[in-house]
Amino acid sequence: MIETLAVNYEEAAAIILFGIGFTMLLFHQNLIKKLIGMNIMDSGVFLFLASMGYIGGRKAPIIVDGVQETSAYINPVPAGLVLTGIVVSVSVTAVTLSLTVQLYRRYHTLNLDEIYDLSRHRLEDR
Amino acid sequence: MDFITNFPLFTIVLSLFSGALCFMLSGNAAKKYTLRFQGVMIVLCAAVLFYTIRTGTSFTYVMGEFPAPWGNEIRAGSLEAMTALFFMVIMICSVSGGYRFVDMDLDESKVNLYYALLNLMTAALMSLIWTNDIFTGYVFLEILTLTSCGILIVREIGRTTLAAMRYMILNLVGSGLFLLGVVLLYDFTGHLLMVPMRKAISLLWAAPANRPTLILSTGILTIGLAIKSGLFPFHFWMPDTYGYATPTSGSVLSSLVSKAYIFLLIKIYYRVIGPEIFAQMPIGRILMVLGICGMIFGSLQAMSTNNCNRMIAYSSAAQIGYIYMGIGIGSTAGYLAAVFHIFAHSVTKSMLFLTTPRLAEVSGDSLKFKEMTGSGMRDRDAGAFFLVGSFSMIGIPIFAGFSSKIFFGLAAVGSSNIKLILVMLALAVSSMLNAIYFIRTSIRIYSMPEGRDQGEVRAHHRIGYNLPMFVLTAINLFLGLFSWVAADLIEHGLMMFG
Repeated sequence: MIETLAVNYEEAAAIILFGIGFTMLLFHQNLIKKLIGMNIMDSGVFLFLASMGYIGGRKAPIIVDGVQETSAYINPVPAGLVLTGIVVSVSVTAVTLSLTVQLYRRYHTLNLDEIYDLSRHRLEDR
Repeated sequence: MDFITNFPLFTIVLSLFSGALCFMLSGNAAKKYTLRFQGVMIVLCAAVLFYTIRTGTSFTYVMGEFPAPWGNEIRAGSLEAMTALFFMVIMICSVSGGYRFVDMDLDESKVNLYYALLNLMTAALMSLIWTNDIFTGYVFLEILTLTSCGILIVREIGRTTLAAMRYMILNLVGSGLFLLGVVLLYDFTGHLLMVPMRKAISLLWAAPANRPTLILSTGILTIGLAIKSGLFPFHFWMPDTYGYATPTSGSVLSSLVSKAYIFLLIKIYYRVIGPEIFAQMPIGRILMVLGICGMIFGSLQAMSTNNCNRMIAYSSAAQIGYIYMGIGIGSTAGYLAAVFHIFAHSVTKSMLFLTTPRLAEVSGDSLKFKEMTGSGMRDRDAGAFFLVGSFSMIGIPIFAGFSSKIFFGLAAVGSSNIKLILVMLALAVSSMLNAIYFIRTSIRIYSMPEGRDQGEVRAHHRIGYNLPMFVLTAINLFLGLFSWVAADLIEHGLMMFG
């Protein structure tokens, strides 16, 4: 058990990162910390993808010196997926940050519980 | 004729393009453009449906001419075409039935942005329906999340921003889990296209040592989509999200967005995992139990609220439970019932969400039951349509809700004894609870308010509001009276689906 984890230490680290980010996103009440958690969670997945996609001793798939065997290069798809994932993660972060700004302007706090209480008092009739 | 095979791609690209175009138009022009564009989309989807039924097979559209193990694909069968067509009809009805409220709820300079978001959302919905590549599914899933959050926050009262925040956080958790599931499956199979993935998975499943990992990754992926679509116990964001949004958003979010996630889930079970292998996993049984819990607790919570929109939103949680119960039964009949209920619930729920704001309008802009007493008499059109929606939710014969309950029952009869008892009990209890709170509300909107007169009756009848509601009623009755036509189509589509 421990040995398998030690051999696959990158994947183990990725899953631990995912867990940390996931719990932060779910259970932290501070909106900014939630967002940081989301980014840690996504980084965990990207680390997992990148480490799975890399094969030791092979090069990036750019043909140099006329070497054309596929065994000389790694598969470019996982790296492409990581890039796509990063773009998605950045845009989601941007939208959520803008939402956070709006909420802060209105309620002057970043604590989700407090915001919830405040909103109940303000719009009792809705 | 074969030119039609390009249409699925057109629906996605044209929607993206329309989204960009609406940013440049004025609010009114964007609305008119969006309505016409959605008409075009209906024609495109109907053409694909016609083509797939005529040829009797599904077709694969290869993007960029890279053949199967590489590249990206779109696949269209009759089930996809039917769902796309249906979604577009609901979309156009929601927009045309609710644009007056959009104009009221939104700042005038932002109306065009609302329609831009709706068009982008259409693109995301279409790609989730057509795609044959699981990572494309993930990317458009996130686009769907962003746009649905966008159409929530356009109404700038504090509670919608808060609701959008909670919705966003839950959705981020869901997408994170979905991404992890996808990455794990990609790791095992080495493919992202669904058909090669399925081949690899059936080979892997043959060795018992691989099974726990496959079950784990499918489970993670399922939890992700279950959170996003609002399966019990992840349904608590629903009332705030649907209840305070502008009516078009509420209708689109509850009837299309959450259903698109479920459609993607069914597609993954059918095309990536394979229904035979999925039936051997314990996930289906868990989904069924959670679905049944959702049916009962969603209804109980709906009974305890005093706000009409929140009641309808909680009832959505119950109806999502029905759909997951159908998936959990695991047989083809179960999937058929689930897909049929996706249609039946979409058409009913969009109708209810478009009706309540009109009833609130004649009740001093309040959605509280106390104020809404007698509102059905003050606005007769909206009252009648609310009644149609309620009857369908309860499951009164000739309406769509009744047929879907029959299909759930039939699916349960064909499965094991424990499932049969569970499903029948759940259907009975949930129908009774549905009947209690919907009939209570219907009686309330048709009873005389105490201590004051009936109030002013809305005189003018808006064709712009009534026409889409008539269309929704017609679809509802069609699904109720001619359910076998729809069921045959769905069954045929499910055969092409795998």
